[in-house]
Amino acid sequence: MDYIIEMLNITKEFPGIIANDDITLQLKRGEIHALLGENGAGKSTLMSVLFGLYQPEKGTIKKEGKTVRINNPNDANTLGIGMVHQHFKLVHNFTVLQNIILGVETTKHGFLKMEEARERVMELSERYGLFIDPDAEIQDITVGMQQRVEILKMLYRDNEILIFDEPTAVLTPQEIEELMKIMRELSEEGKSILFITHKLNEIKAVADRCTVLRKGKLIGTIDVEATSKEEMSEMMVGRRVEFAVEKGEAHLGEPAFEVRELTVGDKHHAKKKVKDVSFTVKKGEIVCIAGIDGNGQSELVYAITGLMPIEKGQILLDGKDITHATVRKRNRDGMSHIPEDRHKHGLVLDFNLAENLVLKNYFCPDFQHRGFLKFDKIYEYADCLIDRFDIRSGEGLTTPARSMSGGNQQKAIVAREIDQDPDILIAVQPTRGLDVGAIEYIHKKLVAQRDAGKAVLLISLELEEVMNVSDRILVIYEGEIVGDLDPKTTTFQELGLYMSGSKRKERGEAV
Amino acid sequence: MNTERFKERGMLFLRSQGFNRASASVTAILSGLLFGLVILLISNPSQAFDGFLIIMKGGFSTGAKGMGQVFYFATPLILTGLSVGFAFKTGLFNIGAAGQFVMGAFAAIYIGVKWTFLPAPWHWIVALLGAALIGGLWALIPGLLKAYLNVHEVISTIMMNYIGMYMANMLVKATVYDSRKNLSMITAESSVLPKGGLDAVFHNVRSSGTLDYSTVNSGIYIAIVVAIIMYVILNKTTFGYELKACGFNQNASKYAGINEKRSMVLSMVIAGALAGLGGGLLYLSGANGRQLKVIDVLAMEGFNGIPVALLGLSNPIGIIFSAIFISYITQGGNYLQSMDFVPEVIDIIVACIIYFSAFALIIRNIITKLLKRKKSEGGEA
Repeated sequence: MDYIIEMLNITKEFPGIIANDDITLQLKRGEIHALLGENGAGKSTLMSVLFGLYQPEKGTIKKEGKTVRINNPNDANTLGIGMVHQHFKLVHNFTVLQNIILGVETTKHGFLKMEEARERVMELSERYGLFIDPDAEIQDITVGMQQRVEILKMLYRDNEILIFDEPTAVLTPQEIEELMKIMRELSEEGKSILFITHKLNEIKAVADRCTVLRKGKLIGTIDVEATSKEEMSEMMVGRRVEFAVEKGEAHLGEPAFEVRELTVGDKHHAKKKVKDVSFTVKKGEIVCIAGIDGNGQSELVYAITGLMPIEKGQILLDGKDITHATVRKRNRDGMSHIPEDRHKHGLVLDFNLAENLVLKNYFCPDFQHRGFLKFDKIYEYADCLIDRFDIRSGEGLTTPARSMSGGNQQKAIVAREIDQDPDILIAVQPTRGLDVGAIEYIHKKLVAQRDAGKAVLLISLELEEVMNVSDRILVIYEGEIVGDLDPKTTTFQELGLYMSGSKRKERGEAV
Repeated sequence: MNTERFKERGMLFLRSQGFNRASASVTAILSGLLFGLVILLISNPSQAFDGFLIIMKGGFSTGAKGMGQVFYFATPLILTGLSVGFAFKTGLFNIGAAGQFVMGAFAAIYIGVKWTFLPAPWHWIVALLGAALIGGLWALIPGLLKAYLNVHEVISTIMMNYIGMYMANMLVKATVYDSRKNLSMITAESSVLPKGGLDAVFHNVRSSGTLDYSTVNSGIYIAIVVAIIMYVILNKTTFGYELKACGFNQNASKYAGINEKRSMVLSMVIAGALAGLGGGLLYLSGANGRQLKVIDVLAMEGFNGIPVALLGLSNPIGIIFSAIFISYITQGGNYLQSMDFVPEVIDIIVACIIYFSAFALIIRNIITKLLKRKKSEGGEA
């Protein structure tokens, strides 16, 4: 067999957890090989071992049949292994070109020779259809573009083995489509690709073979053609998973949450981020705001939750005006918020899990007495949430949040926010980067919240989620609500037209 | 059976986090001292080992009084160390302890000299409160600048150091100046901190039979109590929880409904109050103690707060020990002058210790690894 890379019987332990237990993975030349598993199944660890970030306790790595030692990413690079990390490793105030050549600059007498580099980069970008502007600064380009820069970085270093660590988690549907095309082209050019994901559709779309991990153990390697999505998800989760969200008829009640003519400005431009947005969420209803990333969703949520000042408009919660209320007042009045960026807003990474679980109610009489924290009560409560929401971590409630896997960090936030029993739950991409098991779980929680007569405002980029979970879809385009659709009567295509701005409801129509 | 259990307990203790951290600091100290010995050997080989012994003997070189002096000079270091350490735990770099310290010192001296209408215990208590208040006010400005105008606190606190130094000189000259000695006046008897029984221990007996007292006073008690209070605030209270949350992640704190700007300002003010209190504790020590020098040099106690906090890993309890230790070897360094050494050698050694403590993390990992290996070997045996 012509294997370009073989990882044989790899075992890697961390304190309190065996991340990889005797795992074997063989990559053929020119194939796209998916690595599938739940959050915390050990996918990222395995790839970090291959990339030289971790040293395994047991096992060997072979390249083209010869045993190799990979002590650091430089060794990996010499062997032709490149990686696009989930969180990009780019210098934000450097240009695209500077980022690509960083570390392998062409120089003459210690001076940079940018022209040669520029030529090569442009040649590569044309050959693989990775169109970029070499002189744009990273901070000014979209996430999708940044990912292209990362791919070009690997190609510029003549890497033959390309690792993609959950590359689609940060992309819009259109960008995902593009990326899939690029990956196919790369493999046709003879590059071998390792593709970490937990999205079955994507595996079906591009991968040749797929290796499944579960809780650090190897479940098997399968041929993607011959295996159904259901079988794969069963291998991954260890039980049958429902893809369709089970939910009955919505029982709409009184309006619970109302936004009137909300406008949010932009520090740098005269153009408004959010323009005259008005909508209502009723009790027992899940309203979803759909749209392509960067069309004002983030600003709308920041304004609603009090993290960003507004220019004009009114926000009503249960009929009460909370337009100028503090963040804490909004929280206490029944607003919960699952934030878009769990590291920036959702968690204090240097606090432990228990401390994070009480981030919004540490000051309640239950958890403090005259300013002194009641740690026994906090731990009891945290234990209860960990149990109910199945939050997994190495050292239980004293695990530093920083060392938890992304999916479990997200579960912790969801647990904290839903347990507030909010009148309005604002969930921004609550399933971003999660595996099917966790997604199913969070969707169920959202529906349960709705069935309990509470209002839910969901902001999502995933079309499937938008269609499956919501009772009503509002489409946002360039800061304006351009469509009010019923998921039962609308199609993906129609939704896409609204999202891309090619179709819009007439001005003045009621929403 | 019993010995085995004892052994097991011992290993558990060895693997505990606290021990690991402390052992890293101790290793840093030993490495720093070793390096100091090398420096002594280079500068004066024939007396190097005698000199080293003097450093190790530290305050003990001059008996019980010497040890008293160690505690006396450790007192302001504990407070400035707490100032830097507390700010650091809440995400701020307070480089301004020197300015806060000297302004606090001036406030204490001014009250000590002028407000003689106050009776004995109240006089020094009010003077200390004044010192903390002025120190806190001195840090309020950088705090406000940071919270509302995004001015980095390192820049503004350094500036406040110089403003504080010149301001204190000016104010001392204008109000409480003893021009014959170029020092501040000696404060009133009622404003001097009580000895708190420490004079019974820390004194030497002169050959004439009279007692030679150390300047140490109850200030050291106050310093230790304050350190314990800071520990409790940081680790046990909602207030400390909020301050730490803001220090670790300002955005998440705002999201959680904490007033992050207010927390930032408060952190800075508390840090300043601690440094200011340190100034008060050092200078309210009567005729035998220190008086404020009117010179254009930043207060060393302020800057030494940074190494003290680093060596104590910003932990209030750790800071008590690291301050006493730094004071101890600094005293030893002063006695080095009896030989053919310059006293700066001791500064070099202290700097080396700090330098090595920066490697504390690496050292900690090595220790953990060694213990782990021992454990697995023990398991197989």
